[in-house]
Amino acid sequence: MDLLEYQGKQLFAKHGIAVPSGEVADNVDDAIAAAERIGYPCAIKAQVLIGGRGKAGGVKIAKDVDEARQYASDIIGMDITGPHGEGPFRVDSVWIEGGSDIAEEYYASIILDRGEKKLLAMVSAQGGMDIEAVASANPADLTKVHIDPTKPFDAAAARSIVESAGLAEDALDEAADVLAKLAEVAREEDATLIEVNPLIVTADRNVVALDAKVTIDGNSLFRHEDLAEIADTVDDPQEQMAKEKGLTYVKLDGNVGILANGAGLCMSTLDVVAQAGGAPANFLDAGGGSKAEAIVNALEVIKSDSKVTAILFNIFGGITRCDEIAKGIVTASGQIDLDLPLVVRLDGTNFEEGLAILAEANLPNLHQEKTMLDAARRVVELAGGAS
Amino acid sequence: MSIIIDEKTKLAVSGLTGREGSFHGLRNKAYGTDLVAGVTPGKGGQDVEGTPVFDTIKEAVDEAGANTSMIFVPARFAAPAINEAIDSGVETVIAITEGIPVLDMLATYWKAKEAGVRLIGPNCPGVLSPGKANVGIIPDSFFDPGPIGVVSKSGTLTYQIGNELKQAGTGNSSIVGIGGDPIVGSDFIDILKLYEADPDTELIVMVGEIGGDAEERAAEFIAAEITKPVVAYIAGFTAPPGKQMGHAGAIISGSSGTAQAKKDALEAKGVRVGESPTETAAIAVETLRG
Repeated sequence: MDLLEYQGKQLFAKHGIAVPSGEVADNVDDAIAAAERIGYPCAIKAQVLIGGRGKAGGVKIAKDVDEARQYASDIIGMDITGPHGEGPFRVDSVWIEGGSDIAEEYYASIILDRGEKKLLAMVSAQGGMDIEAVASANPADLTKVHIDPTKPFDAAAARSIVESAGLAEDALDEAADVLAKLAEVAREEDATLIEVNPLIVTADRNVVALDAKVTIDGNSLFRHEDLAEIADTVDDPQEQMAKEKGLTYVKLDGNVGILANGAGLCMSTLDVVAQAGGAPANFLDAGGGSKAEAIVNALEVIKSDSKVTAILFNIFGGITRCDEIAKGIVTASGQIDLDLPLVVRLDGTNFEEGLAILAEANLPNLHQEKTMLDAARRVVELAGGAS
Repeated sequence: MSIIIDEKTKLAVSGLTGREGSFHGLRNKAYGTDLVAGVTPGKGGQDVEGTPVFDTIKEAVDEAGANTSMIFVPARFAAPAINEAIDSGVETVIAITEGIPVLDMLATYWKAKEAGVRLIGPNCPGVLSPGKANVGIIPDSFFDPGPIGVVSKSGTLTYQIGNELKQAGTGNSSIVGIGGDPIVGSDFIDILKLYEADPDTELIVMVGEIGGDAEERAAEFIAAEITKPVVAYIAGFTAPPGKQMGHAGAIISGSSGTAQAKKDALEAKGVRVGESPTETAAIAVETLRG
């Protein structure tokens, strides 16, 4: 789960890391009122879960109330596309904070290195710009040190990292303290990525986190009530609906609705549909041991996306029993209007029983295929051109 | 032969008294796995259809001779249960549980490493050595004994490929689900090493998916250390950046960890990569039969 900048800053503040004070607003009037309270100049920053906001025009400094009004109305509601083509992401809110008097811009992060199975601390004196560009142009400018999982990581341990990154001498103690606290945020809040770019030194030589990019491990939310509340705010209506029904659903752009059991098989199903010339509308993992009820829920979620013109069920029963899936399809056809073509491929545990149940129900829009590839071709044909 | 589990496996199941744990533990037993104990704190002295239950894994080791532990307890209690298993004296711990916090697994990973205990998972379907033993939730009816070793991040995708291999008239030495989480006890490389040393494995099928760099690392390792043919499949070509696809590990940020990058890394080292599970199984069979 990714946090918005202001949510990340609130987490930093909780752990004693200096951040500019500010307010969040989701409309222009509130943004202006916040700017008036904070004073000028103030920064008006789009709250979206993607980097490259500045380049996209999502971060502005307002010198007076007129500029605050102008920038807030420009930014709220704008669409921002990420540097790698992610999104677009609609800006629903802005964070307004007091302008900072910047003397130096650094970079600091703590991330989970899956390959090395350790937390990795990265620090650079070249902050405020695209850190991937810094790292590839001049790798020596980015200091990378793995954190020993068996030893405490305190300000003393952090000190050698900020030193070798070449930060200003008089900022070393504070920067080391911030880095140690970022590692504390990682450990205590179950963050798998924390990035501060820029970490600034102000004119009066204070070290302040001017940005915050934080990813929290979704598996840990049971022990973080405050963060779990943030996780409950999902924007997309289909994703919200799926969440309430306990399904793993990710919305995509195409017109072929997809349900499979197991994350790997579901990803593979998206791939073969794309190879067959189709455009998947979603990822939906019905999970192991899916029962009839889950199938009804899944069909409701998929169908609520108006782009969908045909649906593919790709089931390979392991724990999941194909007869349960078939019963779910029949039950669903009685409860919701199945006016879209539904291609079903059942294989694995109890597939013969499942096929018999479907044959007996003789549903009008149902098409059976024996293999995953044939099912993918069929659903693409029935869905018509990618919308 | 086979890897990780076989006729000599003596299994203790943590969570055997629970609904899922008893269903799969007893299924494993019915397959022929030597299920020697269940473990549930506070339920020591009971039994589950004749299998004795102990309060601790240590007791299951000392009193019932368990050498392999399967963890089937809910996520928030799972990391402590794995840690207990590591300290108990078993050789292998297979963690099925999904949803364990990743930083808990980070500590547990190093604990297992230090103790010299083999950890498989978490969030995995377990290990099956056809005809010998099954520890986990892999549906054994889709797999016959044979010369192909399978190692996979995904459960259902493995069943799909395994079934196609069976229909083509071949089978498996072992099937190992390493799990789809960001931190797992054993990576592709750990399992590739075991298959390389296993005389009954003639070919290895490796099933990966987006996220992390385990496939890229495996590609380097295969080129340097593996003499047996390896055929791979990667899922997640159509996954958009920044979206998490079910498995906690299956998330890509920016350009690294994409399915295409993994396919390219493997192909650059001479590993053939199938376009679909069906094609992957077909390449494996074709390679095997020369």
